[in-house]
Amino acid sequence: MKAASKQPLGAASFSTRWMVLTVPVRHKSLVAVLALMPALIVFCAFWLLPFSRLILMGAEADRSSGVSAYLTILTHRQYLISIVTTVGISLVVSLTAVAIAGFVGFFLARQHFWGKAVLVAILTFPLAFPGVVVGFLVIMLGGRQGALAQSSLWLFGERWMFAYSLAGLFIGYLYFSIPRVITTVMAACDNLDKSLEEAARSLGANTWQVTKDVIVPGIAPALLSTGAICFATSMGAFGTAFTLGTRLNILPLNIYGEFTNYANFAMAAALSVVLGAITWIALSIARRLAGGNLGASA
Amino acid sequence: MKSRLRFTLQLSFTLIVCLFMIVPVAMSVLAGLTENYFVGLQSGLTLRWVNEVWELYSDTIWLSIKLALACLLITTLIGVPAAYGLLRSRRRWANAIEELLLLPVAVPGLATALALLLAYGSYREFRGSWLFILIGHVLFTLPFMVRAVLSVMQTAKLPQLEEAAASLGASFRQRFFSVVIPNCMSGILAGALMVITLSIGEFNITWMLHTPLTKTLPVGLADSYASMRLEIGSAYTLIFLVMVVPLLVAIQWAGRLTEQRR
Repeated sequence: MKAASKQPLGAASFSTRWMVLTVPVRHKSLVAVLALMPALIVFCAFWLLPFSRLILMGAEADRSSGVSAYLTILTHRQYLISIVTTVGISLVVSLTAVAIAGFVGFFLARQHFWGKAVLVAILTFPLAFPGVVVGFLVIMLGGRQGALAQSSLWLFGERWMFAYSLAGLFIGYLYFSIPRVITTVMAACDNLDKSLEEAARSLGANTWQVTKDVIVPGIAPALLSTGAICFATSMGAFGTAFTLGTRLNILPLNIYGEFTNYANFAMAAALSVVLGAITWIALSIARRLAGGNLGASA
Repeated sequence: MKSRLRFTLQLSFTLIVCLFMIVPVAMSVLAGLTENYFVGLQSGLTLRWVNEVWELYSDTIWLSIKLALACLLITTLIGVPAAYGLLRSRRRWANAIEELLLLPVAVPGLATALALLLAYGSYREFRGSWLFILIGHVLFTLPFMVRAVLSVMQTAKLPQLEEAAASLGASFRQRFFSVVIPNCMSGILAGALMVITLSIGEFNITWMLHTPLTKTLPVGLADSYASMRLEIGSAYTLIFLVMVVPLLVAIQWAGRLTEQRR
């Protein structure tokens, strides 16, 4: 799918436009409308309509404060802190993932050595893990019987844990972000013009200068776009957070809590709309930059 | 000499990242197969936990498969025509509609699920049936099918082929089924694999929409992580991996197939 989206659309759109002139215009657009109809009906009935109601519902009175839920979010520290925490951890995760996986992706795209295919497979197959599974894997690393707890018990006689805190969340988000970044960076490096690098080298630039002045600017759109996708995915990563503990003060868990524990539908709706708006903006930026690649799926 | 050192350093860093990705998976697989994880491997390997998971949760696995296939059917039936419609629409309209269809992916599943619940949750029978979850899955996977099919359509020179068929007197129906569909088969295949993989792993929407009688595999996973012993959660994860990894390999293979066509 990614390879497909790399393809320039210019040729296709040119011939489509050419068709407009030869085939009767009205007939053609009628076919297009009819073909799109079933998908649009499903979308409007089950997404657009419900979501519009959700947006309106967020304006209704919040249970505890009695004011519109959107206003309550702006005036209550608890919600603001939750938004800031979620945005903050997602930003840090995206930056870290882009730095680590950008480096690894570039290395794997440029070097050829025995066993490389295995490494690429290991680094990309977790793409399809749902958030819950990622959460469980974090527990395997940093939970009560996790790798860290066992080795620290053996070395120092105490159990070290990080799974059920923001650190665990960070590791989990990093886990599902790294494969995304690596696949994108490897594809971007394949498209990069190698002769530019060679030219820079032959002009006497050292490795650091080539990286800074040729490679990073060359793959910058890909880096930014994949970073934005990681950010959006982390913002909405309910499954991972849910597995690691429902007491963390982050947006998806707050929405879930408001809805199930307090039946505070207006607040749950308002927070969902805020969350949806943030991820939608991030992904729109990503699409503008890369022109393709669908977003959040963890 | 210096470049040799640099290569070694970069390779070690890559290997560390690989370890980070693979070690928890390996631990989880091992835990699902050991008699007692607290004691360790010396307690012996066993399939006992896998059997226990099968007894406790096999209905979640069947429901997930049923959902994935139903989801595939619907996304194919409405997604392939939709991709064709986008191909034949004017650029500006096509972009706007694609952007719309992408919204359920761009907005977190939790929000989509909440919207569905608040709008249709009061229809008791509908809310309690697996069809309610199916709708969430269709919304979430449809853009992937449309995108996969559309990108193949755009490179397959469909307008020219269709015009050739039309000039030979083929009706619209004939053109659609004997020119359009066969020419975007690789896109349908890639989209189908994507839809099935995503549907089987979908949690964020499903968790909100499920009832005790309609639990899917990921919902069962969350349930076992929270309330069962570690070995059972691990064995369950192992079953999930066995289902999903072949699909992933197939996706890679299909991706290479579409690339070769060009």
